Formats: sequence, C-alpha cells, structure tokens
Amino acid sequence: MAAKLKFDSVKVGDEIPKLVIQGVTRPDFVRYAGASGDFVPLHYDQTFVEAAGIPTVFAQGMFTAGLLSKAVTDYVGIGNVRRFQVRFATRVWPGDVVTCTGKVTGKVEKDGEKQIEGDLIVLNQKGEPAIRGSFRAACA
Amino acid sequence: MADKSAIGKTGKPFKMHVDWSKVREFARAIKDPNPIYFDAELAKKEVGGIPVPVTFLQTSAFWTDETSSPGFGGFDIRRILHGEQEFEFFKPIYVGDTLTGVSKIADVFEKEGGRGGKMTFLVSETEYTNQKGEKVATARATLIETGQAVKA
Repeated sequence: MAAKLKFDSVKVGDEIPKLVIQGVTRPDFVRYAGASGDFVPLHYDQTFVEAAGIPTVFAQGMFTAGLLSKAVTDYVGIGNVRRFQVRFATRVWPGDVVTCTGKVTGKVEKDGEKQIEGDLIVLNQKGEPAIRGSFRAACA
Repeated sequence: MADKSAIGKTGKPFKMHVDWSKVREFARAIKDPNPIYFDAELAKKEVGGIPVPVTFLQTSAFWTDETSSPGFGGFDIRRILHGEQEFEFFKPIYVGDTLTGVSKIADVFEKEGGRGGKMTFLVSETEYTNQKGEKVATARATLIETGQAVKA
C-alpha cells in the first residue's frame, strides 16, 4: 500500500510490474471528466467530435496518466513519489487495451533521501506508445 | 502566436481545499482501489493522513478562474494540445489541507513539428504551498500551439 521499496534490493534495469487495463470505456472518460474537472468535450461528446471530423471520443491524456501513476504507486508505495512526468504521444480510444510499465534507470541520494529514478511507458494493444514518462521516488 | 514577453506573467493566488470525497472520486476515476484513499485510520497509520493520488493536483481546475490563470501568452486556444505534464513533490499533501497555488508562464519556445508545421510551446508552472506555508508541490504543464489546426 504505502510501504517503501528497500533501496538496496532495487537494481537499475528492474521492471515496474505491468498494469494492464482490458479496454478503456467512454464511461471511464466521463468519470474522469467529473473527477478532474476537465470538461473538454473531445472526451465525451460524440456529436461534438464528429463535427470536428474525429471518428469518436478519446481519453483525456491525464486519465491515461492517472492509470500510469497507479502502476508507479503500486510499485513504490503511495506517498513516496517525488516526481512524475508524462509526455503524450498517440491517443487512447474506447476499447483500447492499455499497458502501463517502466524500468528503473538510476539510484540517487537527493534531499537526504535514497531515491530511485525510472522511465515509464503506456502502450496500446498495437504496441504504440500513448505516453512516455519518467519518475523519481523515495526508498527505505 | 505566443511571444517570449509572456514569460513571467503570473496569475492571482488561488486556494484549494483538499476534500476527501474528491480524493475518493479521483482514485476511483483512475481505477485505484488502494484502501489508503478510503480508510482514514489505515491512512493515518501508514502515511500520517489520507494522501492524494499523484496527479490529483489536476483537480485545481475546480478552484481556479480567469484571474488565477497567467493566460496562454496569446496562444490560439483552438490549436492548443496538452503535450506534457510534470509534478514534483516536496512535502506530503493530505485531505484537510488548504493549498495556495500560484501559476506563472515559465517558458515560451518554438520548434519545427511534424504534422502541424511550426509549433510553439508554453510552459505553465503552478507552485503549491500548504496552510503551514510549506512548499508542497510544483505542477508543470507544457502546452503546444500547432501551426495549423490539428488533424485527428
């Protein structure tokens, strides 16, 4: 839940356990809109997106980033993330299977803490990156 | 077209109350059933209070208005994409905290893009302090203005 990773037991190259979401849905986007306050209609209004020439609604980038953040906190424990960064690549569509994962790239001492750094990625079912990101987290 | 003169422009400070029902709603929205967001006693024991999800500061949208925004540096908002987002955390944020956020335009720069021609980037940075005056977090959003309307 919130337990820190043991710094000495983490190795550069260690993989973050994969988090797979079997098909994101339009209701997921609606729920995220309400939770976050991001009411850009591209993410829930079919009439609006069709008028804009887009086939259907797609996920808020920050919804997908939220799924990715769970993969990170499942690994490092809630309360231990010191930095989390995401860059958006391809869009995530209803029905997409989303896989969140990452890798430890470094071990550092920062602000009097033992910390690990890593790269993050979210892939769709075609293997295309939806997000590339990075993180830093405190360890015990 | 944004220009460099927008750098440093600052919005009015805004308050943000960290509310438990909003934290629970947000945790559900990102499909995180971790009991630490839902069980106050457990949270207190584990991390000293009910924590917030990593990207929870996005909900500042409920607390800001035109006056707290530093603006978009003259960007055409019909051509804006959210390119990148970053959060740095310095102290824990708990349910019950009252945060004060101040947003500023931290950078404006240009790059040649692929699909949309020349792209201008705007980095909007929000610093959060808690009710004790401690700096708790910085949120950094990179917005992209494409040279032409973005195609689906």
